[in-house]
Amino acid sequence: MNPPAAVEVRGLVRTFGTVRAVDGLDLLVQPATVVALLGPNGAGKTTTVEVCEGFLHPDAGVVRVLGLDPLADSAALRPRVGVMLQGGGAYPGVRAGEMLALVAVCAARPLDVGWLVDVLGLTGVARVPYKRLSGGQQQRLALACALVGRPELVFLDEPTAGLDPQARRLVWDIISRLRADGVSVLFTTHAMEEAEALADQVVIIDHGRVVAQGSPTELTTSGTERQLRFGARPGLDLVSLATALPAGCRASEPRPGGYLVEGAIDPQVMATVTAWCAQHGVFAEDLRVSRRSLEDVFLELTGRELRS
Amino acid sequence: MTRFAAGTFTPSPGRGSVARMLLTQARTEFVLTLRNGEQLLLTLLIPLGMLVGLTLLQVLPVPSPRVDNVTPRILALAVMSTAFTGQAIALGFDRRYGVLKRLAATALPRWSLVAGRMLAVLGVVLVQLIVLGAVAAALGWHPAPAGVAPAALLVLAGTAAFGALGVLLGGVLRAEVVLAVANTVWLLLVVAGGIVLSVSALPHPLSALAAALPSGALAEGLRSALVLGATPWGALAVLLAWASGAGLLAARTLRLS
Repeated sequence: MNPPAAVEVRGLVRTFGTVRAVDGLDLLVQPATVVALLGPNGAGKTTTVEVCEGFLHPDAGVVRVLGLDPLADSAALRPRVGVMLQGGGAYPGVRAGEMLALVAVCAARPLDVGWLVDVLGLTGVARVPYKRLSGGQQQRLALACALVGRPELVFLDEPTAGLDPQARRLVWDIISRLRADGVSVLFTTHAMEEAEALADQVVIIDHGRVVAQGSPTELTTSGTERQLRFGARPGLDLVSLATALPAGCRASEPRPGGYLVEGAIDPQVMATVTAWCAQHGVFAEDLRVSRRSLEDVFLELTGRELRS
Repeated sequence: MTRFAAGTFTPSPGRGSVARMLLTQARTEFVLTLRNGEQLLLTLLIPLGMLVGLTLLQVLPVPSPRVDNVTPRILALAVMSTAFTGQAIALGFDRRYGVLKRLAATALPRWSLVAGRMLAVLGVVLVQLIVLGAVAAALGWHPAPAGVAPAALLVLAGTAAFGALGVLLGGVLRAEVVLAVANTVWLLLVVAGGIVLSVSALPHPLSALAAALPSGALAEGLRSALVLGATPWGALAVLLAWASGAGLLAARTLRLS
């Protein structure tokens, strides 16, 4: 028999008052894989993770974590799961090493606390109370608390929020190592490049529903949609260019002198564009074809307007 | 590519020893209380000041010998300050800082979240008894030997009663509200709850009420134990009733965040 999925969620619904924070969500994390839960603020990411952690009960749907029920089997499950809470979680006056030692003693074979404090760059603030640590330092302690018990599954809620680039790099290294060592990871983020760089599967959610999922490659190469960009003098005749292009391709000038051709870009389209440029005495610089970025996919699916 | 050796995070989950978890949690919270200046003011400096002040200054009508009659009341004050006020405020802020959620996500059993706090409170009460007892002894305190064991029972029951009330208050409301309410209730009980003034010295309807309050029961109980050498079963029953009532209620209302 195959081992159960690390996380399996089917038809999850969770409401707060009149707000349906999660509205019929499905989610699957296979063992030893990394899944990113990507969505704008208020999309239902934290609610979903907190249901999986057993902090919230689902109003409807089925949630299985390592094959167990997060609420009914909480005592059996908690030693096997590492949790990084959004915003941390420590006594206001506690020192990083003290807090980590307390969480470590709850595990049978914890990682070495001193080593973990050192690796996460907290040795220099070993005597500083938690409430006086910077946001990034608090984040790193929260991550250490999730890892110290050698769990087989970790939930990381916005693990890189508020981190400087070096610390973000460190967290990325840790997540890569976790997967390679056989740990399953579910993390939330609204950083596209993070989901793209780390995740085997990206699940994009909005308004409590899954709006797209797949590997980063699948999501960004869906269909034949690609982009061709080039730079030239501003104000080229786009109508003339569009006429030269095959049906289904669109030409635009998103910023002065920066041109974008979207659609089923193939070698023929590329030749058409360069030929049109030659005819019109246009020297196209930085000509390149790219697939959509995850950010394009994300904005397309969740809208471009600002959320409150 | 990565700075971590292969196998660094290879899973090896398991639950730690429950006794070690409980003791580590209690020790951590005990140390944090003693390291916190405001908590020390509440748990040690104010009771010390009142012990010395009420003994040496003729500000309140206290029977002679003054130190023998003042000390039991100050011990009651110390228990109330730590188990109720200090504990409620710490719990309110710990919830705000996500401590309870953090601990609830470990293998620590849920009952230990509160049991660990109670153990830490008992540790602080023990420190208070030693310090206040030593200063009182230096002022000439002579507790009735027959009352020492009943007094120890009263302190345990009082810690349980005030501790349960502290969890009840600190486990529900926002941290700032907890702070305000816990300090107000503390002041009210000190003045009118049978702590500083004996229950019999309070005006009539208040004196009946104060005797049924945990503050009045603990202060009067400790006085009759340590001054008269009695075993005050009534006071003990009042404290245990408060402990179980507030404890049952707090178990239902405690919120993690």
